[in-house]
Amino acid sequence: MSILVNKNSKVLVQGITGTEGIFHTNQMVEYGTNVVAGVTPGKGGETATDHKIPVFNSVEEARNKKGANTSIIFVPPRFAAEAIIESIYAEIEVIICISEGIPINDMLVVKKILDQSNSRLIGPNCPGVITVDEAKIGIMPGFICKKGNIGVVSKSGTLTYEAIDQLVKNGLGQTTAIGIGGDPIIGTNMKTILELFENDPDTHGIVMIGEIGGLMEVEAAQWAKDNVSKPIVGFIAGQTAPPGKRMGHAGAIVSGGNDTAEAKMEALKDCGISVCKSVSDIGETMKNLLK
Amino acid sequence: MKIHEYQAKNILSNYNVPIQDGYILEKIEEASELINKVKKDFDSEAVVVKAQIHAGGRGQGGGVKYCVNKEKAMEACNDILGMNLVTHQTGPKGQLVKKIYITQAFDIAKEFYLGITMDRTTGKDVFMVSTEGGMEIEEVAKDTPEKIIKVWIDPLEGLRSFQLTKLARGLNLTGDQYRQSIEIIKNMYKCFKEKDISLLEINPLIESDEGKIIAVDAKMNFDSNALFKHKDIISMRDTDEEEASEYEASKFGLSYIKLDGNVGCMVNGAGLAMATMDIIKINGGDPANFLDVGGAASAETVKSGFKIILKDKNVKSILINIFGGIVRCDRVAEGVVQAVKELSLSVPVVVRLEGTNSELAKKIISDSGLEILPADSMLDAAIKVVSASKN
Repeated sequence: MSILVNKNSKVLVQGITGTEGIFHTNQMVEYGTNVVAGVTPGKGGETATDHKIPVFNSVEEARNKKGANTSIIFVPPRFAAEAIIESIYAEIEVIICISEGIPINDMLVVKKILDQSNSRLIGPNCPGVITVDEAKIGIMPGFICKKGNIGVVSKSGTLTYEAIDQLVKNGLGQTTAIGIGGDPIIGTNMKTILELFENDPDTHGIVMIGEIGGLMEVEAAQWAKDNVSKPIVGFIAGQTAPPGKRMGHAGAIVSGGNDTAEAKMEALKDCGISVCKSVSDIGETMKNLLK
Repeated sequence: MKIHEYQAKNILSNYNVPIQDGYILEKIEEASELINKVKKDFDSEAVVVKAQIHAGGRGQGGGVKYCVNKEKAMEACNDILGMNLVTHQTGPKGQLVKKIYITQAFDIAKEFYLGITMDRTTGKDVFMVSTEGGMEIEEVAKDTPEKIIKVWIDPLEGLRSFQLTKLARGLNLTGDQYRQSIEIIKNMYKCFKEKDISLLEINPLIESDEGKIIAVDAKMNFDSNALFKHKDIISMRDTDEEEASEYEASKFGLSYIKLDGNVGCMVNGAGLAMATMDIIKINGGDPANFLDVGGAASAETVKSGFKIILKDKNVKSILINIFGGIVRCDRVAEGVVQAVKELSLSVPVVVRLEGTNSELAKKIISDSGLEILPADSMLDAAIKVVSASKN
């Protein structure tokens, strides 16, 4: 078991003929991901990448002809919202949007349409999802992962890799690792991912990595306090971040006073989460919790 | 992206929001003529002289003066233009005032607050109004939250009429003033959406003793992801208001923020970059900057990163922390070695490279004969770079 994606996921790539689309589709197929189709409007009928993936003009066509149920998006930011909405209309179950820099007004509309649908959106501006040894639907380096029983959820890409690397060095593999993205408006929040991990029998422990800005981590922790039976290791990046400065991610800016790293770490601790002050303690903390 | 008060008010004026109007002065020699022009064009005996910097709190810092006559106005222009204005938002360094806004003055009967921003918890825009205008809205929110009226606006439905009237009633106005406020609220929301604004505040909106409703101060921040739609807004960017090195970095596609410490750091990915700064601090050092060279770091970005960091003369040592992922670490290592040689670096560099070909990368680093210390983990790297910064 795992969450969100697995070896049965039939993946379509939106923007498969672009530079990023081609590169990462090759990487995903080499990892073993079942990529069944690509979509680039106007290039229907062609094939793309080293693996000769058939290209369609629309998501609907790709779904009807190839049975795609999962989509990954590599289109430029100004067209990305429309690409997500197209997938929602085509009733794609899991939509993973890698594109970075989508206007906030576009995302507000996406979020509204998404909430009225049965689709699930991961991202945007995220590294994607990997279920170890089954499917990599994203841009993360698959080789750093090892199959095991830890679920990883994070707002950040390379910090997710760091956590995975430490888990592996401490002898702990992963079920699924998810980067949910660092934008102010994202499709799936941390609480939802915790719920999915709680319901996955193969996941025995969870690493959740957040950062300054917003209160999503705190809301997830408060929910987890009463609803998650598995041990959770938490980390919040940005303890040294000055207020009012945006630290790379559009969402990573301290505005209130209760969204600083310190305040969030305290709130997580109060909910029973094992919070690491230093990023280098994530792997070992989880190992000790599972003893 | 932020703009100045006068620019924000001009935009609002284009949306038929009545503003306290005036002219911009950049050269002190033109002060006398411009004051006369303001007095004549806007039929106002008194004028207000306002420093134009992006930071808030200008009034308390002495950057805004109400002047009863021309003599006082000349004095204020001399004092404010060219001053180093320190407010709670500029930090102790302050900000040089290069432009002042000379405006008409009103006798104020009432002051209100109006603001719109995106609320990430609900995924909707939130419009807030309060009768407690002219003060810091954060203080009002903390002490008397019941004095802030809020409505959350559905992105597909827009501002509904019942929400519009709720906001206008929240200002406690009646008759003609109520009708004026309805138009202002409606137009403000239209402006907010059409210009892809992320924060729009009018504080204060005033009722003058003649019963006119007027925007006296305005603030606008724009969604940088949507600027491609707004060439007019891009042209309003004032790079004097930005840290020079941060602006320079943005031209290379790097995200850089200068801090006060002495340990430079260069990292791929924003989250890992923040975590790197944190671990430096935990191990007794003080980070000199935040620098994200992007998820896919290359030899080229590493070189640009070095140049940016080295502009900061406080830097005593540099930590490079790259989780290679799909990028090959040996290529990044070659980039590091080449950059250190070319830039004839004089500060010690600690390098931690993880991911594809990381072993080969370590060999390239140690074989280079340069003063570059390889590190095995983030903790190891932090300890080494902090120790190097103290030697």
